Amino acid sequence: MTTDFKLSAESEPPRLGKLSKLARFGLLGAALTVAAGTFAYFGGWFIRDDLTPARFVDGFEQVNGVHAGFRRNHAKGMGVFGFFDSNGNGVRLSQAVIFQPGRVQVIGRFSLGGGHPDVSDKPDAVRGLALQFSLPNGELWRTAMINFPVFPFRTPEAFYEQLIASKPDPNTGKHDPGKMEEFLASHPETVQALTVIKGQPSSSGFDNSTFHSSNAFRFINSAGDSIPVRWIMTPMQPFESANNASIPQDKNYLFNALIAQIHRQPLRWRLIIVIGQPGDPTNDATIPWPAEREQVVVGTLTLDRVESDDTSAATDLNFDPLVLPVGIAPSDDPLLSARSAVYSQSFTRRAGETKQPSAIRPSDVRKGE
Amino acid sequence: MPTQRSQFTVFSRLLHWTMAAMILSMLCIGAAMVASLANYHVLISIHRPLGISILVLVVVRLVNRLLNPPPSFPATMSRAERLAATASEFTMYSLMFILPLIGWGMLSAARYPIILTRSLHLPFILPHDVTLYAALRKMHTILAYLFFLTFVAHFVAILYHALIVRDGILKRMAPWSIRLKNTVVDQNSVNK
Ligand code: HEM
Ligand code: HEM
Ligand code: HEM
Repeated sequence: MTTDFKLSAESEPPRLGKLSKLARFGLLGAALTVAAGTFAYFGGWFIRDDLTPARFVDGFEQVNGVHAGFRRNHAKGMGVFGFFDSNGNGVRLSQAVIFQPGRVQVIGRFSLGGGHPDVSDKPDAVRGLALQFSLPNGELWRTAMINFPVFPFRTPEAFYEQLIASKPDPNTGKHDPGKMEEFLASHPETVQALTVIKGQPSSSGFDNSTFHSSNAFRFINSAGDSIPVRWIMTPMQPFESANNASIPQDKNYLFNALIAQIHRQPLRWRLIIVIGQPGDPTNDATIPWPAEREQVVVGTLTLDRVESDDTSAATDLNFDPLVLPVGIAPSDDPLLSARSAVYSQSFTRRAGETKQPSAIRPSDVRKGE
Repeated sequence: MPTQRSQFTVFSRLLHWTMAAMILSMLCIGAAMVASLANYHVLISIHRPLGISILVLVVVRLVNRLLNPPPSFPATMSRAERLAATASEFTMYSLMFILPLIGWGMLSAARYPIILTRSLHLPFILPHDVTLYAALRKMHTILAYLFFLTFVAHFVAILYHALIVRDGILKRMAPWSIRLKNTVVDQNSVNK
C-alpha cells in the first residue's frame, strides 16, 4: 500500500502549452467558483427576498424600536418560580419523564405581547406565560403560551406581513388602517381566528387567565404510539371578567396585582392535554379543535415566587418552544421551526446588549412581601 | 539511497476525507440554518451531533498525526509554500478543535440543552452568562467563516499543484493506494 521510490529526473512532468495552461487555470477557477457558490447558496445569498430569522427580528425592531437587552417580542415581563406536581395520568400519553408521578422544579416568566418594555398594561393585550420544567433526568421542557385560544397567524410569513402592516407612520405615529384592512382581506384565516379570540371573555388578571400552547405537538408513549396534542393551563383561581370600561391608572396594574396575589398565596393552574383526532389540523394554529376532544388533566402547576426581569434567571433564558424532552415532539406546524429560529435571533441580539432597567423593578416585587 | 513513504497512511487518508465531507457539510448546514425559518429545527438538530463528532475525530486525528507523521513535502514546493502549507494545516487543526468547543460552550453559557441524540446530552461546560454567550456566538460565526477561507486556500493550493505544477500532490492524499512514480521528493527533506 505504501511505496518506496527513488528520486528520478525523468519523472519531471512535460511542460504545459499556453492553451493547456490556460485551460487548467480555468478549471481551477471553476472549482473555486463551485466551492464558494455552494457555500453562498446554502447561506441564502442568492435569495435575498426570503424571510429569514434576521429579517423577522429586523421587522420587530422597525415597528417597536430597539430596546437594548429586551426581548424583541413580549418585552415587558416578570420572572416566576414554582413547581409542577404530576398525577401520573400523562404516562399513557407520553413517555416524557415529567408525566411520571412526582414534583419537578419550574422557572417561568409572565409577559405582555409586543416589543415595548414600558407599555401600559391593558385588558386586551396578549398575556404570555413561559415555563421551563427541569426534569429529574436532566432534560428540560420549555413552553411559551398565550391567553388566546388560537393564534391569529397560520404561517410565519403572515405574522411578518401583519407586523409590517402595523408599523406606525413616522409622521402621525399611528399605523395605517388601510394596510391592516388589506392584510385581513388576503388572510381570511386571521379574520376567523380573531372572531374566535374575541368570542372568549377576557379575564381580570394573569392569575385567572387560561394559557394555550396554540401550536400542536406530538406525544409519544413508551409503546411508540404518537398522537397529536395541544395543551392548556387552566387557572384554579376563580374567573373574573376584565373591566374594559375603567382601566386602572397604574400602568403596571396587571403585574402589580400578580405580585400582590403571589405574596398572599401561591397561584395554581391545571395542565390539561387536549388529544387531537384524525382530521384535526396540526399545521394550522388559527383553527380551534372541536370542544368535545378528550382532555386529560396531567398535573398542577404552582407558582409561589416572583422576581423582577432585572434579576430573574428567566430573563436570560430563551423559551424556545422546541426545547422538548423525549416523549414530546414537534408537529408539522410551520410556526414551530420559525419560532425556534426567530427566538434564537432575538435572544442572540439581546444577549449582546446592556439591558436597561425593566418596568417592574426589584423594589416593586418586594412590596407587600 | 533515501527511501520515502510518499502517501499518507490509509487511516490518515480515511480521516482526511471523512472529516473534509463532515466539515464542508457543517459549514453549509450552519450557513443555511441561520437563514431559514422552515428548516432551522431540522438543521440545528444535525448541526450539534455532527459538530461534536468532528471534535471527537480531531482528537483521534491529532494522535494519529503524531504517531504517523505525514510524508515530507514534494521538492516542487518552495520554502514559502511549505510555510504556507504548514500554517494552513495548523489553522485547520486548531479550528477543528476550537469551533465545536465554542459551539458547545456558547450553548452552555445560554443554558440551551445540548442534545446530541435522544439519550445523549452533553453537560454544561460554562456558567449561565448571556454576555459570554453573545461573545462566543460572534466568535463561532467569525471562525466558521475563517475556516471556510482557510479551506479555500487549501483547496486552491492543492489544485494549483495538481493541475499546473503536476507534482502528484493529490495522489498523496488519494483515497485509494497508488504506486507513485511521478512524485518528486525533495532530497533534503528525506531522512529528516
Ligand atoms: C412565527 C410565529 C412567532 C414569532 C416570529 C414569535 C416571535 C417572538 C419573539 C422574537 C419573542 C422573544 C424571544 C426572546 O427574545 O427570548 C417571543 C416571545 C414569546 N412568544 Fe412568540 N412568536 C411567534 C409565535 C408565538 C406563539 C404561537 C406563541 C404562543 C402560543 C408565542 C408566545 C410567546 C411568549 C409567551 C413569549 C415570551 C417568552 C418569554 O417570556 O421569554 N409566540 N416571540
Ligand atoms: C474542510 C475540508 C478540508 C480540511 C479540513 C482539510 C484538512 C487537511 C489537513 C489538516 C491536511 C494535512 C494532513 C493531515 O494532517 O491530515 C490536508 C492535506 C491534504 N488535503 Fe485537505 N482538507 C480539506 C479538504 C480537502 C479537499 C477538498 C481536497 C482536494 C482538493 C484536499 C486535498 C488534500 C491533499 C492532497 C492533502 C495532502 C497535502 C500534502 O501532500 O501534504 N483537502 N488537508
Ligand atoms: C466544525 C464544526 C462546526 C462548524 C464548521 C460550524 C459552523 C457553523 C456556521 C457556519 C454557523 C452559522 C454562523 C452564522 O452565519 O452566524 C453556525 C452556527 C451555529 N452553530 Fe456551529 N459549527 C460547528 C460546530 C458546532 C457545534 C459543536 C455546536 C453545538 C454543539 C454548534 C452550534 C451552533 C449554533 C447554536 C449556531 C447558531 C444558531 C443560531 O444562531 O440560531 N456548532 N455553525
